[in-house]
Amino acid sequence: MSNPVTATNGAQFTGIATVEDAGLQGMITLRGDLSSQVLKAAVKAASGAELPAQGKISVGEDGAAAWMSPDELLILVPYAEAVAKTAALAEALKGEHALAANVSDARSYFRISGAGAREVLAKISPVDLSPQAFTPGDFRRSRTAQVAAAFWLEDGGEEDSFRLVCFRSVGGYMFQLLAGAAHPQSAVGVY
Amino acid sequence: MLILECPYCGVKAEETELAAGGEAHLKRFGPGSDEDQFHDYLFMRENPKGVHFERWRHANGCGKWFHAARCTTTLEVFGTYSAQTYEPPQEIKDKVTAKRPGWSWREFSDGAK
Repeated sequence: MSNPVTATNGAQFTGIATVEDAGLQGMITLRGDLSSQVLKAAVKAASGAELPAQGKISVGEDGAAAWMSPDELLILVPYAEAVAKTAALAEALKGEHALAANVSDARSYFRISGAGAREVLAKISPVDLSPQAFTPGDFRRSRTAQVAAAFWLEDGGEEDSFRLVCFRSVGGYMFQLLAGAAHPQSAVGVY
Repeated sequence: MLILECPYCGVKAEETELAAGGEAHLKRFGPGSDEDQFHDYLFMRENPKGVHFERWRHANGCGKWFHAARCTTTLEVFGTYSAQTYEPPQEIKDKVTAKRPGWSWREFSDGAK
C-alpha cells in the first residue's frame, strides 16, 4: 500500500492568521432522508454525533456530522476508520433510500486560526463572518474566491479556529488563496 | 448585487453563490405538439420591465434549484419559493401584488380585474 499524503503535504503559513494543512481526515458523504430514525441512529453510531440542525455541525466523541443540504450530511471520522465506517453506514442503512460514500481522498482539509481568522475567510467568501452572525458550531457551504468550499467555526478555545473543506483538486489553489488573504500586511481590521 | 434567500437551506445567498437558470414555470411542449408550440417553448422568453419569475440554483451551497420572484428594474426581491411547483404560490403572488398592484406575467397576474 502506498502512503497516503495530503495535496499540500503539511503546508503552513502564518500572517494575520495561521493557515495550515489540517492533515488527513476521513470524510463520508451521506445522502438520504434526514428525518429518518434509522439514518439518525446510523449517523450516531458512525460518528458519535447527533443529527445536526440546518446550517450546523454537531461534534461527537471521535467524529462529527455536518449539514450540507436538506438531504445530505458530511460525516467526519478518523482517516484510518473511513473505509470501515462507510461500510458500516451502508449496512445500517440497508433498505433505506440512502447512499454513503467515502470521499476522504477527494477532499483537502485546512485549519485557519488566530485573531485574523474571520477576516481571512471574509475576504474570500460572500458570508457574514461577524462574531454575532457566525458562531461556533455554524457550518456554511459557500464560495471561496473561485472554488466551492465548506467551513465551520470550532467550539471552545481562546481564539477563533475555522476548519475548511474543499475539493482536493483545488487544494493547492486553496492554500495559496488562504495564505494570500492572511498576508501579514493585509489586515483590514473589520472584526 | 442580488441577494436571494435559498428556501432549502435558509442561507441569504449573494449572487456569486448562485447560478441563474432562466425563466421559471416553462410549460414543455415535446413530441405530439405542433411546430408553433414547440417553437414558442424553445425560443419565446419573457423579457419584462418589472415583475419577473426566475429559476436559480444554489450552486455554491446546498445545490438545490429554487424559484425567485423579483423586479428587473429595481432588483427588489419579492420572495423565493420551492422548485416543486407549477406556479407561484399564493403567498408570493400576494407579496408581489402588495408592491406592484396590477402586475401580470405570462398567464399569472394579481387577480384583479
